[in-house]
Amino acid sequence: MTARDRSGDRWLDREAGPVVRPYAVTKGRTLPSGGASFGLIDVVIATGDRAPEHFRPGPEHRQILSLCLRPTPIVDLTSEIDLPLGVVRVLLGDLASEGMLRVLSTQKQPMTDQRLLRMVLDGLESL
Amino acid sequence: MDSNRFDGALAPAGAAGNVPSTAKILISGGFGVGKTTLVGAISEIRPLRTEEPMSDRSIGIDDTQGVSAKTTTTVAMDFGRISFPSQLVLYLFGTPGQERFWFMWDELAIGAIGAVVLADTRRVADCFASIDYFERSGMPFAVAVNCFDGAPRFEPDDIRIALSLGSDVPIVLCDARQRDSVKKVLVSLVRYVMSMSRTGSRIGIG
Repeated sequence: MTARDRSGDRWLDREAGPVVRPYAVTKGRTLPSGGASFGLIDVVIATGDRAPEHFRPGPEHRQILSLCLRPTPIVDLTSEIDLPLGVVRVLLGDLASEGMLRVLSTQKQPMTDQRLLRMVLDGLESL
Repeated sequence: MDSNRFDGALAPAGAAGNVPSTAKILISGGFGVGKTTLVGAISEIRPLRTEEPMSDRSIGIDDTQGVSAKTTTTVAMDFGRISFPSQLVLYLFGTPGQERFWFMWDELAIGAIGAVVLADTRRVADCFASIDYFERSGMPFAVAVNCFDGAPRFEPDDIRIALSLGSDVPIVLCDARQRDSVKKVLVSLVRYVMSMSRTGSRIGIG
């Protein structure tokens, strides 16, 4: 039996609020380990490496990995997984420091990136 | 074993596929000015939950007296997502309106290409805070005047004076409900950012 019905909705009513306090899944940690930073629109991917002996991925870690088999922007991942952004960042930090996930692209200077700006302009004009 | 399914073995490193390019535009303005309407007119709306550790900025705003264990504050927000055939995904983030969420602005501003400040001519002062923020942080922005039914119409030049905007800041009259109108606003912003960065690079070389 799964926790989802046929339409994909969760059994629990969202309005009821979380059953587990959000930062319980991070064991109270509010910042990613290793000082990693994860921007909202950075793109991440699962590396495919196995978990090292000393690290036991929790259900939320495994859920993230399953959603990152392809390059995935962190904001889409967070929206999909329905955990708060701060929690997702801590879990991403765990996976990155164990070599199970890496950041593929990150936005540093988008305002001066003429190639990116041109892509956005062309995209918008084609709508 | 099910519990081992996602230990990583299922993700061959070669399955990376194409890495999408991602870009972000902020949509700002006073409460009830039509930010959500604007985002919804042009993009797919998706939910985002944030539960951020309390920052200095929310101390004194979130009353924590008698709730000593409360160390995080919850912000539920929506964002817009437009995905283009060119492997580009453009995200539109509305900036939270209430003061207690100011700490979210810095987070949202990182990596943005620019911002749209949505203004209502009946309550022009409501967008001052947004304009101040973007001017201070050096974020390029365009002003979109949402032409509500029955609201007084002004020429862009009058609005420029009322908001004391520089002569280069684009001002676009728009209807936040209309996709084509919103598209025009975003195109004006991106053209403006492109022209700014070209000027900037000339200065850099000189």
